[in-house]
Amino acid sequence: MNRHVAWAALAATFAASAAFAAETAPMDVKFTDAGEVTDSLTGQPGDPAKGAEVAATKSLGNCVACHVVSALDAAFQGNIGPELNGAADRWSEAQLRGIVVDAKHTFEGSVMPSMYKTGPFIRPGDGYTGKAATGDLAPILNAQQVEDVVAFLMTLKEE
Amino acid sequence: MTLRFSRTILAATAAFALSSAALHAEMAEDELNINGDTPIVTKAPAAAHLEGHLDEVYSGWLFRTDDTRAMEQDDFDNPIMIYAEKGMDNWSVADGSEGKSCADCHGDISEGMKGVRATMPKLNAKGELWSMEDYINDCRTNRMGAEAWGWDSGAMHNMTVALSVQSRGMPVNVKIDGDAAPFWEKGKEIYYTRYGQLELSCASCHEENYGNYIRADHLSQGQIQGFPVYRLKNAGVVSIHNRFKGCIRDTRAETYSPGSPEFHALELYVASRGMGLDIEGGGVRP
Repeated sequence: MNRHVAWAALAATFAASAAFAAETAPMDVKFTDAGEVTDSLTGQPGDPAKGAEVAATKSLGNCVACHVVSALDAAFQGNIGPELNGAADRWSEAQLRGIVVDAKHTFEGSVMPSMYKTGPFIRPGDGYTGKAATGDLAPILNAQQVEDVVAFLMTLKEE
Repeated sequence: MTLRFSRTILAATAAFALSSAALHAEMAEDELNINGDTPIVTKAPAAAHLEGHLDEVYSGWLFRTDDTRAMEQDDFDNPIMIYAEKGMDNWSVADGSEGKSCADCHGDISEGMKGVRATMPKLNAKGELWSMEDYINDCRTNRMGAEAWGWDSGAMHNMTVALSVQSRGMPVNVKIDGDAAPFWEKGKEIYYTRYGQLELSCASCHEENYGNYIRADHLSQGQIQGFPVYRLKNAGVVSIHNRFKGCIRDTRAETYSPGSPEFHALELYVASRGMGLDIEGGGVRP
C-alpha cells in the first residue's frame, strides 16, 4: 500500500517536471527585434475560454483594468491602453504573445506591466502589501495562462 | 442580412466606445468657490519647469464626481472641517513641560499661520527639507517640551488640516532653486522611476494618463495642493506621504515610509508641479 503511494508520488513528480521542462522560463523568452515571441511558452495550445477568464479577473490578468474588451462581461473597463476588440485582425499570434509577455519590446516605454517577467524590478514588493518581496517573484501569469490569453485574443475578430 | 446586421451593430458599438472614450478624458467644467466667498484656482498654465511634460495643471477636484465636488464647495458639507476645528481648538491648548500652546508663540492661527501651507515643504535653518509635520513636531519637542505626534496620528492630521485651511486660495509657493534644488532633483528622479512588479512611475498614471480610467478609477494629475484631504474611501484624513505610500504600494513595490527622505523629496517635486494652483485647505476625494 505504502509502496503504491510512493510510486504514484514519484510518477506525479516526473509528470510535473516533464511539464516544467517543456515550458520556457520568463528569463529564457526570446523576442524578435519587433517584439514578437514566435514560439509557444508551453508547447500546449491555449484555451480561449480560460484566457477570457484570466483577462476579466482582477487577481489574474485583469486586462480590463486598462483595456476595453467588449467580449468580456466585466463592468467599468478601463481606457489606459487601446481597445482589444478586433485585436486578432491587427496583430499576429506571435505579436500578441510578445505584447502579453512584455509589451515594452513592442512599444518602447509602454506603461503596460509585463505579464511574464520575474525581474529585475526596482524595489519589488510582496504583492500589494507595500513590504519588500521576501524571495523571487512569480510572474503575474504562468506560462499556460499567457498561452490561454493569447488564444483568447486570437478570437477577437471583427472582419 | 445577418452579417450586415451584425456589422451595423459592431459599427454602432465602435462609435459608442469612441464617444465614451472622449467622455472619459473630460474633466468637470466647474469652478471651486468655497462657501461662495473663497475662489480657488483649480486650472492653470503649467510652470516653466514642466515644459514638454504638461501644458496645463489641474486640481484633482476637477476629476471627481458632481457629488464629491459639491462636498468641497461648502464647509457644512465638507467632512474635513470637523478635523480642522479640532486642530484649531488644540492650537490654544498648552501641552508639555513648558506649559505652552501654539498660540503662545504664534498668536491667532488665522494670522500667524496664513500662507504657511503654500510654502511646504521647505528647508529649515539647517538646510534639511521639512514638511509641515516636521515643523509641528519641532515646536512640540523643542519649544513645548511635549511628545512628538506620529506622522499619521489623529492629532497631527487635525493640526495639518487646521494649518492648511489658513492658506486657502493662496497659490502654491514652494522654493525649488538654490539649496532646495538637490532635493527637487531627487524628487523628480523618484517621480519618473518605474517601481515594483508593475513597473509604474508616478508619471505613468498622472502625467501620461490623467483623465483616463483604470477600471472605475478616474486618474487625475496627482496634484497635492488639496492635501491633506478627506478621503471617502478611508472615512478620514489622508496625508500627502500616506497617499504616496498607497500609490507605490499599488505598483507591487516596497514603499517608502511617511517621513522618509524620499517622500520629503517627492513632496517638494510634486508640490512644484502644482505651481499656479491654489491651496484648497481640506480637499474631498473618493
